[in-house]
Amino acid sequence: MRLQLSPEDQKFREEMREFFTTQVPERIRNKVLARQELSKEEFVESQQILNAAGLAVPGWPVEWGGQDWSQLQRHIWHEEMQLAGVPQPLPFNAGMVGPVIAAFGSQELKERFLAKTANIDIWWSQGFSEPDAGSDLAGLRTTAIREGDEYIVNGQKTWTTLGQYGDWIFMLVRTDPKAAKKQEGISFLLIDMTTPGVTVRPIELIDGGFEVNEVFFENVRVPAENLVGEENKGWTYAKFLLGNERVGIAQVGASQRHLATAKSIAKERGVLERYAARIVTLENELLALETTALRVAAHSDGGKPHPASSVLKIKGSQLTQAVSELLMDLEGPAALTSHDSRVFLNNRKVSIYGGSNEVQRTIIAGTILGL
Amino acid sequence: MDFTIDSEQLDLVKAVRGLVTKVYDSSETRRAATNTEHGFTAWEQLAEMGVLSLPFEATPAEVSLVAEELGKVIAPDPFVEAVVLAGGLIASVGTEEQQEQYLDAIAEGSVLSVFAWAEPGKAWSTEPGVTFANGRLNGVKAPVIQAERADLLVVSAKTDAGTGLFLVTEGYTAETERTHDGSRAATVTFTDTPAVPLGAGGDESVAIERALNLARIAYGHEALGAMQVALDITVNYLKTRKQFGVTLNKFQALTFRAADMYVALELARSAITWATIVAADEGSTDAEVAAAASHSAIQVARAGRHIALDAIQLHGGIGMTAEYSVGHYASRILAIEQIIGDEAFHNERLAATVGDHDVFDPIG
Repeated sequence: MRLQLSPEDQKFREEMREFFTTQVPERIRNKVLARQELSKEEFVESQQILNAAGLAVPGWPVEWGGQDWSQLQRHIWHEEMQLAGVPQPLPFNAGMVGPVIAAFGSQELKERFLAKTANIDIWWSQGFSEPDAGSDLAGLRTTAIREGDEYIVNGQKTWTTLGQYGDWIFMLVRTDPKAAKKQEGISFLLIDMTTPGVTVRPIELIDGGFEVNEVFFENVRVPAENLVGEENKGWTYAKFLLGNERVGIAQVGASQRHLATAKSIAKERGVLERYAARIVTLENELLALETTALRVAAHSDGGKPHPASSVLKIKGSQLTQAVSELLMDLEGPAALTSHDSRVFLNNRKVSIYGGSNEVQRTIIAGTILGL
Repeated sequence: MDFTIDSEQLDLVKAVRGLVTKVYDSSETRRAATNTEHGFTAWEQLAEMGVLSLPFEATPAEVSLVAEELGKVIAPDPFVEAVVLAGGLIASVGTEEQQEQYLDAIAEGSVLSVFAWAEPGKAWSTEPGVTFANGRLNGVKAPVIQAERADLLVVSAKTDAGTGLFLVTEGYTAETERTHDGSRAATVTFTDTPAVPLGAGGDESVAIERALNLARIAYGHEALGAMQVALDITVNYLKTRKQFGVTLNKFQALTFRAADMYVALELARSAITWATIVAADEGSTDAEVAAAASHSAIQVARAGRHIALDAIQLHGGIGMTAEYSVGHYASRILAIEQIIGDEAFHNERLAATVGDHDVFDPIG
């Protein structure tokens, strides 16, 4: 057992902090710290700065731009990035499709996509959920029927976050409607969103924002070479992707940063005493969350997430919500028109996406407890 | 930060586990032990194994690992109370002579010492009402855990110099009661009781706070071990108990509650272990250890109650019976919280300085 970072890890942390706070423009970081939405250009600018320094996709294989870091260093990287208000590399690129292509894609797909994905030259969207396939993702119905060297795709995806910016979309599609189990007939397919037959329609959310979309596919012709891995093995790749998604979802650094902001607001307004007990409780829970994230990281080998990553998803999302609730409450009646109320409403999503917290409980009960 | 334990520590865990799971091989054996004259039956063997000298020879990491094993079988032996806390005070404050006189005896199990600090109506305050003057103690301490069995009391008392510590071996009355977790605690009354100062006789409030905080962290691990087993027992019950023709694990309302208990347990495990790492780090200040103890105690209070009470609920009626184990685990977890301080107490301690730092960073 050891508390202090080793001198190398301490140096690593200082380098990360130095880089994030000096190389990424303050105007972008201040927007993140003020919990405001970024434009596409700001996401891209920030990620390209990180990528030029090898800091956009450290979790990828080294030959595709990853870093040979320890799990602790990856944790420090993530944490320092969030503490500095640096937007995280686009999760659809860096955390989802990139690792899947790197792990399961052909050499041709890797060469074609990975560098552009890391540098956000391609903005990826996620085509997983459907109107009738939410938590029951394997119930998806969008079909891809092989015709010569093409797939013909028909169906509808939904909750496609920032799909309005998307250049390409990675999809789960049904390639074998007759498979014995519904999980067995699914494939992982990459689609250029400019292909004829693809339509993106925005969905307005309860906070008044338009960050998610419906995406419609009508006889969309997709080259068969855009299939990732093997046909009908898509469910395996999707589980890999969703497991990775859960690790980053704890958002410890961001919650810590926003809680510190809440604290300084409470001080400024002379109400620290009124909120002190609540702040202590949140600091206590964030401490438990961060140390759990460190334990999970230490026991994740070969890039496979620890089953306890479901704990991080559940508690991480609850604390993201609780901190934004505190920021809203601190506004008093001004919350009626405050941005923080909209952030609070928007944050209802975090316990729903990435496998809802109820799905996570099912995973814990089944996989961990054997119930 | 590194949570791994080394092979020597692992050997220690295995040895202690081997011993206590034999002595307390079931909830019934444990209950029988609490009804013996001393109320616990592993003490001599723990002494032989060298466990009772660990607080003086090893680090808080080893102490916590042992406490966790004791918690798993809810051993009634007062390891934290007698050795970590009372022994720890003698080791940190005592004169060389006092250390020589008592530490080996404590480690051998021939002297049982306890620290009398709590007072009626004062919750977890360490400001004593008991007074010391002219070599005599006056006042009341309660509850004092295992006071009746103790050979040596370490007593905190008010003096002209502040809060002092005193050693007492006779000349007091102890009115003993059973605690809800099967242990014993006494109301100890000092009436012109002869006492000698522990150490130089000055103000020892700093040492007292530190010793209590280290004990709170060790107790946290004892609670953690009990929480772990309470969950294990419950999960096993859900898999085997049948109602409506199926095992209980077919009911999602129940499995989700078990999943939430697991979430609470793993988060508590991380925070409590972190507190031990802070305590074991020689660079940690007293204030840092105090904060770590409070964070650990808040987890014990929140996760402990959650797990203990849901463990009973998920068992249904059988969980209410003294014959079945789960209620004893719940009782012990609750008792530990009552000893180390509840959520409100520790939240208030931390709230006093919450405005002094920006981001709370658990990594050194």
